[in-house]
Amino acid sequence: MNHWQLPRIRRNALAIWQRNVLVWKRLLGPALVLNFGEPTLYLLGLGFGLGTFIGDMGDMPYIAFLASGIVASSAMTTASFEGMYSVFTRMVPQRTYEAIMATPTDIDDILAGEMLWCATKAVISATAILIVALLLGVVHGWQAILVIPVVFLIGLCFAGPAIVMSSLASNYDFFNYYFVLIITPMFIVSGVFYPVATLPELMQGFVQLLPLPHAVALTRPLVTGQEVTQPLLHIGVLCLYTVISYYIAVVMVRKKLLI
Amino acid sequence: MSAIVSARQLQKHYGDYIAVNGIDFDIPRGKCFGFLGPNGAGKTTTLRMILGLTPFSSGQLSVFDLAIPAHSRDIRARIGTVPQADNLDPDFTLAENLRMYARYFGLKLNQALEQRIDSLLEFAALSERRDARTDTLSGGMQRRLTIARALINNPDLIILDEPTTGLDPQARHVIWSRLNELRDEGKTLLLTTHYMEEAERLCDELVIMDHGKILDQGSPAELIKRHVEPEVIELRGCDTETVNTIRNNISSCRIEHLGNSLYCYTQDSGPQLEFLRNQHGLTFTHRPASLEDVFLKLTGRELRD
Repeated sequence: MNHWQLPRIRRNALAIWQRNVLVWKRLLGPALVLNFGEPTLYLLGLGFGLGTFIGDMGDMPYIAFLASGIVASSAMTTASFEGMYSVFTRMVPQRTYEAIMATPTDIDDILAGEMLWCATKAVISATAILIVALLLGVVHGWQAILVIPVVFLIGLCFAGPAIVMSSLASNYDFFNYYFVLIITPMFIVSGVFYPVATLPELMQGFVQLLPLPHAVALTRPLVTGQEVTQPLLHIGVLCLYTVISYYIAVVMVRKKLLI
Repeated sequence: MSAIVSARQLQKHYGDYIAVNGIDFDIPRGKCFGFLGPNGAGKTTTLRMILGLTPFSSGQLSVFDLAIPAHSRDIRARIGTVPQADNLDPDFTLAENLRMYARYFGLKLNQALEQRIDSLLEFAALSERRDARTDTLSGGMQRRLTIARALINNPDLIILDEPTTGLDPQARHVIWSRLNELRDEGKTLLLTTHYMEEAERLCDELVIMDHGKILDQGSPAELIKRHVEPEVIELRGCDTETVNTIRNNISSCRIEHLGNSLYCYTQDSGPQLEFLRNQHGLTFTHRPASLEDVFLKLTGRELRD
């Protein structure tokens, strides 16, 4: 079998998603505390605290600016965590994939199911933030509901690279590299805390190659009731990251497990 | 009767290391077929190739008359697997483990499946632990659940990689009786083991493997007949003097010497036994030759790591 062969996804992928939902339901309490607690603290602390000094950012109150950006970045971190720590646990120490691979569900399906689940978790965490933001009065209009499918796509686009990291990792500490070198810098420069336009021009060009600014460019106007500019470009970038990272993840995991 | 698994010149190498070195075998339907060999002989690699999980380097391999790797997914749908190390899902109860595994086979969640789960738990004598988590089970119980899980898709072929390694004798006997039941139902069993007793009790036919090659193939009785004398006298705790006395006085007998034990392989043990009974302070046992004698003769006595 050629490891580079194009993947084929079957319905079996849904069984993997279903498995993870079942496990998540069991740990619902602590999961929801994390999903609601963290953004509430962020928004109250940074939004109101820092917002008092900042006043408006762009043409909206700082708390609205922050909330609409954090919807995207929390989707990123949620999907990345799930794609690394949880996927690695199932792939290596827990040998769950080994058990599944003895059935007709193969690596193509397993990773597709994992990515669907990462995206689902991203939706859960973004929904929590949206609810908190709604209570704080920063959500404008029904179009905000469109954030949900967008966040699902953001989850997919960050799940793939995280799974690639899982395939490279020999232990959990390895993920520190990815977080410190990639996720955190991206979090800082992608327009979550301040507009990308305030960066040096050269930097702005580079930042446009990353997926997170495109994610923020979609969630911010949708949450705060403004018009989305260049929606197809932003969606296209997220889709491209999703498809390419899924393919790389499949090839890497095949090389790791089909030996 | 056509073979359920058929391999021709099957080879697997990792760089310069040859794990499986051009083996041929046919596994008959409805029998228990064993791969017997020391650690590192290539047994597990062979099983993984049959499951389509290890791409082979050269040769041909077909299961249910379907070629690997082209039909791996379809082939796995009809196989049940018991891996060497249990990999039950620790996040789930016993029943949930079976239910989720059914989902991986694409089976629908319905009443029929629930009935099947109940009957499999009963088969594994685990009905009472139905809703317990798998990490609360003993090693033997986990193994039984893994076997039950391997049956969820009603497979034609069941592959077991060292099914009783690490279990106590009671647990081992329970597993053996369950495997015998399955074979009596007409399932084909394929197992690897390095327990001779297990191979002798369960296998209708087996191959002895070492260093990636098949050394011989046949039923346990055929192999014993072919390779060793029918009777063995085993002497333990011999000092050098005794060894020499015995070597000088016993003839028509093949002697193997390991540590302070002596093994005399013979066609007719009468004269030797008479001599030994007259020696004072010697303890010896006299037994028919077993598969272990064949195994040690073919694969040698040196330590494997």
